Amino acid sequence: MSAPPRRVALGLTIAALGLAALPVVGLPAFYESFLYIVFSWIALATSWSILSGYAGYFSFGHGAFFGAGMYTTATLTTAFGTSFLASLPVAGALAAVLGAAIGAVVFRVKRLRGELFGLLTLAVGFVLATIVLNTRIDGGPGVYLSSVPLPRLVASPTGTLYLLGLALAVATIAAAYAIGRARLGLGLYAIHDDEDVAEGKGVPTFAYKLVAFALSAGIAGVAGGIHAMYVSYVTVGETFSITVPLYVVLMSVLGGARHWLGPAVGATIIAASLYVFTGGQQAVLGRAVVALVLILVILLLPEGIVPALLARRRRRTPVSVEMAAAVPAPAAPAAPLACTDVWRAFGGIQALRGVSLEVAPGEIVGLVGPNGSGKTTLINVISGYYRADRGRITLGGATLTTRPAHAIAGLGVARTYQIPRPFAHFSALDDVAAAATFGAARLSPAAARAEARGWLEFTGLGRRAHALPHELNLHERKFLELARALAGRPRVLLLDEVLSGLNPTEVAGAIRLIQQIRARGVAVLFVEHLMRAVLELSDRVVVLNEGEVIAAGGPREVMRAERVVEVYLGRAHVA
Amino acid sequence: MPSLTLLGQAIVSGLLAGGIYALLALGLSLSWGLLRLVNLAHFALALLGAYLTYQIGTALQVPPWLAGLAIIPAFFLVGMALHAVFAYFRVTEFTSLLVTFGIAVILESVIQWFWTADYRRYETPWATASLRVGPLFVPILEMLACLTAAALAIATWAWLRFTYVGKALRASAEDPAIAAAFGVHHRRQAFLLSGVSAAYAAIAGAFIALIATLAPAQIWAWLGVVFAVVIIGGLANPIGALLAGLLIGVSESVTMAIVTPAWAPLVSFSVLIVILIVRPGRA
Repeated sequence: MSAPPRRVALGLTIAALGLAALPVVGLPAFYESFLYIVFSWIALATSWSILSGYAGYFSFGHGAFFGAGMYTTATLTTAFGTSFLASLPVAGALAAVLGAAIGAVVFRVKRLRGELFGLLTLAVGFVLATIVLNTRIDGGPGVYLSSVPLPRLVASPTGTLYLLGLALAVATIAAAYAIGRARLGLGLYAIHDDEDVAEGKGVPTFAYKLVAFALSAGIAGVAGGIHAMYVSYVTVGETFSITVPLYVVLMSVLGGARHWLGPAVGATIIAASLYVFTGGQQAVLGRAVVALVLILVILLLPEGIVPALLARRRRRTPVSVEMAAAVPAPAAPAAPLACTDVWRAFGGIQALRGVSLEVAPGEIVGLVGPNGSGKTTLINVISGYYRADRGRITLGGATLTTRPAHAIAGLGVARTYQIPRPFAHFSALDDVAAAATFGAARLSPAAARAEARGWLEFTGLGRRAHALPHELNLHERKFLELARALAGRPRVLLLDEVLSGLNPTEVAGAIRLIQQIRARGVAVLFVEHLMRAVLELSDRVVVLNEGEVIAAGGPREVMRAERVVEVYLGRAHVA
Repeated sequence: MPSLTLLGQAIVSGLLAGGIYALLALGLSLSWGLLRLVNLAHFALALLGAYLTYQIGTALQVPPWLAGLAIIPAFFLVGMALHAVFAYFRVTEFTSLLVTFGIAVILESVIQWFWTADYRRYETPWATASLRVGPLFVPILEMLACLTAAALAIATWAWLRFTYVGKALRASAEDPAIAAAFGVHHRRQAFLLSGVSAAYAAIAGAFIALIATLAPAQIWAWLGVVFAVVIIGGLANPIGALLAGLLIGVSESVTMAIVTPAWAPLVSFSVLIVILIVRPGRA
C-alpha cells in the first residue's frame, strides 16, 4: 500500500535535519515565519487525516481541538505561570480528552456517519467558542501572551517557533505513516470502506475510531498550543473561525486524504499559495484563485494529488504460483456452536422464534427454508451483527450473545455475505490479509499478507491478488468472500448462499473446498437454496419456516418430510 | 425572571427570526435530500441575491419586489447551470460539500471585490414599520419574511407530495435505478429542482437585504444554525424545515431574553446534538 519503511524513515530524517539546520545557518525571520505556518498546517492536515482520511469520518471539528490547545496554553502560561513548553503536552492531552469524549458519545450512534458526523463536529467548534467567550477563559477581550517567556532553542524567537513547528510536522507525518502500516491503520481503512463488514471481520471499530479521534485531536491541540505563542494574542473570533476546519479538509483532500503524505503535500500547496496573495484586493483575488484550483482538483482528481501520481506507477508484481494450497488449522481448539431458544424481532415482524440448533466441529449443517424464513437473520445474530432479543448462543464454553461482533469474530466465527461486500479500496490480497490480521488468526500485518496468498491460491484467486473489487467478476467475488472468511482461521464458518449464481463447474469446485475445510475440524453452517449442494454436503439439515425450526435430521429424510414439502411446494404437492 | 411582555416579545421575534432560518433552510434541505448535494454555495447565493437587491434598490431606485422579478428567474438559471457542472462531473454527496465550498469562497471574493468588506445597509421606509398587537411589536418586514417562508414551505410540500415531478424526485432520491426503470427522467427533474433551490436563495436574499446589515463574511454567519435547522427538520421535508426554523428561532431568542445574548449560539447546536443523539434516525 505504501513505500518501504526504511526509505521513508531515511527521507523524513534527511528532510527534518536539513530544515532544522536552516535557522542555525541564519534564515531571515520572514522565511522562518512563513515556513512555520506551512509546518503548522502540515501538522493539522496530517493529524486530521488519521481519523478523517483513513477511516472516512470527515470531521469539521478540527478547529475546536486546535482552539482548545490555543486556549489551554494561553490560560496556563498567563494565569497559572506554567512555562510555555510544559503547557504543550497539557494542551495536547486536553484536546485528546475532548476528542475522545465527543467520540464516546457520537460513535455509539450508528447513523452518525458521513455528512451528519461532519456537521455535528462543526457544531462542536461553535459550542466551544461560545463557552470560551462567555466564561473567564477569555471573557471577550482576548488573551495576551506577549509577556510569556519563549525558551531559546536558537537565537531568534521565530527560529524557536520554526523548530517546534518542524518537529511537530515531522512527528505527525511519521505517526501517520506508522499508523497506516500498523493494525490500527488497516482497521481504519477497512472502516472507511465498509464499517459493518470491518466489525464482522474482527476490527474493534468503536475502539479504533476513538483512538484515532483522540490522537488526531491531541496533535491538533499541541499545534494550537504552539500557535498561541506564535500569534501572542488569542481571540475567540480568530481561533474558532471557520478557516481551520475547512482548510484542513481542503488540504487533505487536495493532497489525498488516504495517503500518509497527501495532507502534507496539500497543506504546502495551499499554505504557499495563500501566502503569495496577501494584503488588500490581491488577497481577495488570491482566495478566489485558491478556491478555483480546489474545485478543479476535486472534480478532476477526486482521490487527491498524491494517489493520482502514485496510480500512474502502480506496479503489478506477478504472483508466485508455487505456494502449495495447504489449509491451516483453526486458530483455537475446535468447539461446537450451539443456539438455544434464539428470538429476534424487527418491529412487529418476528424473524426468529426460539431457534435451537447445534453444529459440531467437523460437521456441515445445511440451513434451508423459503425466502424470509429467517436464515440470514440467524447468521446475522450468530455473528453479532444483530443482537438476539432472547436466548443464548455459545461456542464451546464462551457465550456469544453478549459480545460485540468483532469479539465474536476474534473467538473464531467467520461469515460470508450473500452479496459479496469486499472493501472497495483493497486489492484481493489486502482484503484477505485484513481478515487474517483481525480474525481469530490475529497475525501481524506482514505475516497476514504471506498467509493471504495461500488462501487466494486455495480459492483459485492467486492470479487476481492485486485486482481491486470492481475488477473481479461475480464468481471471483464469491470466492474472495470465502477466502477472507477462511483467512481468520475460524472454528465456525457461516456461509450465506456462497453457491448462488455460480455455474455447475464453479459449484463443484466450491463443494470440494468446503469439504476440505470441514476436514480440518471447522464447524460449517451453510444457508443454501441449491438442493444438489445441500444434499451432497450436509451431514444434517435444519429447516426454518417463519422463524421456527420445523424439521431437522439427515438431509434425505428431512427433505422428504411432509411439513417441509408443504412449506416449499404448497399443500397440493404433499403426497 | 423577565416579565410576560418581554417573554412574549422574545417569542414573537424568535418566530420571525426563525422564518429567515427556514427560508434559507428550504433550498438547502431540498438539494441535500433529493439530489444528495450538500450545497454550501446556497448561503453565498443568498448573500449575492441580497447585494443585488441592495444595488438595484439604491443605485437604480427600483423597489425590491420589482428587483426580485429579475433576480429570482436569473438565479433559477444559475441553479440550473451549477447543476450542469455537478451532473457532468458526477459530483457525490461528499465532494459536493468541497466543490460548493469553493464556489462559496469565489462568490465571497466577488462580493468583496465589488462591494468591499464594509457594512452595507439598505435603508427603506418599511425597515422601521411595525404592527402593534396588544403590548407586542411585530415588525412588518420580518413578518413578511416569515409568512413567505411558511407559504413557500407549504407550496413546496404540496409540490413534492401531489405533482408528478415531486413524486418522481422523491422516487429518484430513494432509489435512482428503480425510479429510472419506471420511466423517471431524473436528470431533467434534477435541473428543475436545482433551479428552484437557487431561486429560493434569491428570495431569502431579498429579505436579508431588507432586514440585515450586509457584509461579505455574512455567508458563514448562518452556516451552523441553518444546517442545524435542516437536519432537525429532516432532509427534503419543507414543513419540517419551517417548524425547525421556528423552533430554533424561538429558543435562541428566549435564551437571549432570559440568560444573555452571548449564549444564544449555543442553543441551536444543543438542540441539534440532543436530537441527533436521542433520535438518530431523524435525517
